[in-house]
Amino acid sequence: MKLDRLALAETPGKALTGITGFDDITAGGLPRGRTTLLLGGPGSGKTIFAAQFLVHGAQHGNEPGIFVAFEESPKQIAANMAGFGWKLAQLQRRKLFFLDARPTPELIQSGNFDLSGMLAALGAKAKQMGARRIVFDALDIVLALLPDAATKRREVYRLHEWLLDHELTGLITAKNGGDEATSPALQQFDFMQFMVDCAVILNHRVDQGVSQRNLRVQKYRGSSFNEDESPFVIGSGGFDVAIARTLGRADAAVTLERISSGVSRLDTMLGGGYYRGASILITGFPGTAKTTLSGAFAEAACKRGERTMFVSFDSDGSEVMRNLTSVGIHLSRFEKLGLLRMVSARVITGSAETLLVRIKSLAREHQARCLVIDPVSTLSKAGNELTAHGVAERLIDWCKADGITLVCTSLLDETSSQPNGGTPLQISTMADTWIHLNYLVQAGERNRGMSIIKSRGTAHSNQVRELILSKSGVTIADIYTAGGEVLMGTLRWEKESAQRVADEVAEVAGKLRRVSLDAEEAVLEVRVKSLQTELMAKQVEKSLLDRTTQSREGELTRGRSRMRELRGADAAVPEVK
Amino acid sequence: MSRQRVFRFRLYVADQTQNSLQAEANLTAFCREYLPDGHHIELVDVLREPRRALDDGIFMTPTLLVLAPAPIRKIVGTLSQTLTILQTLKLETQAA
Repeated sequence: MKLDRLALAETPGKALTGITGFDDITAGGLPRGRTTLLLGGPGSGKTIFAAQFLVHGAQHGNEPGIFVAFEESPKQIAANMAGFGWKLAQLQRRKLFFLDARPTPELIQSGNFDLSGMLAALGAKAKQMGARRIVFDALDIVLALLPDAATKRREVYRLHEWLLDHELTGLITAKNGGDEATSPALQQFDFMQFMVDCAVILNHRVDQGVSQRNLRVQKYRGSSFNEDESPFVIGSGGFDVAIARTLGRADAAVTLERISSGVSRLDTMLGGGYYRGASILITGFPGTAKTTLSGAFAEAACKRGERTMFVSFDSDGSEVMRNLTSVGIHLSRFEKLGLLRMVSARVITGSAETLLVRIKSLAREHQARCLVIDPVSTLSKAGNELTAHGVAERLIDWCKADGITLVCTSLLDETSSQPNGGTPLQISTMADTWIHLNYLVQAGERNRGMSIIKSRGTAHSNQVRELILSKSGVTIADIYTAGGEVLMGTLRWEKESAQRVADEVAEVAGKLRRVSLDAEEAVLEVRVKSLQTELMAKQVEKSLLDRTTQSREGELTRGRSRMRELRGADAAVPEVK
Repeated sequence: MSRQRVFRFRLYVADQTQNSLQAEANLTAFCREYLPDGHHIELVDVLREPRRALDDGIFMTPTLLVLAPAPIRKIVGTLSQTLTILQTLKLETQAA
């Protein structure tokens, strides 16, 4: 916020109001030396706006101011404004003057009158204190005393002329029924809206029981301005007009620094962790460990010594810490050290805008570098559906501008037909990293699956992983995928162990087969050897046979020749072979 | 009985504006008719003496301050309704 103020230098021809956001909408504040009309219903914050405009001028712009109170006594106003930390009493001595111009109840009226008396008195006072700003609060009160429309008109013109003559930056507040053009109260002042150089309308609506405040600049002569309704809240420092970034504002510095998500395996999947200053969205159905994952992030941040704030909407901070202890995430010690601030936001009611402003101011107070909002989808609960998206946008924008790393969880509607579709806030498009958690129900078991849907600027795993919570912490396991089946939990374990057994059996069978083959081989080898031996024996036998046959034949031949010799026969017998 | 009392008035006017002139004329006429010998009128021009207007809490002109007899009362306007003034000064009985 301080940065915003510094960035907004005084614009020529404009008077800064010091109201967060309003000076952005009007590109510098109210028209200097001219008149602005501030319209709004009862309780819409007109007096606070006006007082803040004067206080800022007196404190920072060295522009003393006069507050003309037609409705409340200066004492009441000072008491009401004390809550905003404005040092009215201190300023009141020289730089701020309250004029009690309430028509007293005992005032008796007889005939026509005009405001020249007051203007003369104010002129003298303004000159004496060198006033540059003036507020006429609840001008409608005094106009109501005037008898007819013509007289009212005349007095308003008189006032306008007087303001121009004295070159005072004037702010006139008046009641009306808000933005509805049909309101008779508005018609009463429509000529004022044409007369003044700038008109601002404050609206206070109640949507489904939730108060929603809006501010709209209706006209601003000679200047461009944001014409849309901008939600605002009245916070601890006065007005806070919510405004999305204006074009031309410098982008927040980006960094390549990575910080741990608190789950080492997730860091690996993200290629090193979250980017510092990124916005991380964790979506999932109830019970998918969104809080656990964000708790792990908070713990990791605290371990690095970074100031962290954990905003819990669903359960009290102490409950969250106790529950996280069961999964090995110990946050209470960091809370005791003052490093971690747990915010139990269940009790904070009101519009999404109010929630954002509260979160912002708490985070600033704590100087948080890391912020967890669990779940951010609370912003869009009843009565806030329309505004929540804008609020979520500004939440991310603000975190980026302040360099805060934001982890927010978002509940998905369990009955939603598209669990992977957008979140109720459509925050998923704005988040830098989107992690989705879901259940896989198989064989009577629910297991948590985790996948990174997107992560801008980082290479990230496309794998679905199983998220396992145990006493020792959060771990991530590969899931079992085979034959188009995705298995987790016990099934995965079963499948894995079945696989192991099958592997072992196969191994043993292989070994067995080998042994039997070895045996067969051995048998064959033995058989080969015995056959060879047999063969040799046969060969020996055969050669022996040959030899005996030869020798016998030789004997026979020899015998015959001997016989022949003995018989003295001639050799007419054929040759022996 | 009230004849003995002196009515002290302070009339705040803004220069010579129509309303102021009317108020002055109306007051003078009223005093001449109802308070011929017991009145005193002080005329203050807020444009010339704005500090006094501020001190007395005068924001509308013309305004008539009835300083005496007590209590101090304030009548705003041109004083065109004589009855209202009589009622304020508790002189209704003389209206008839």
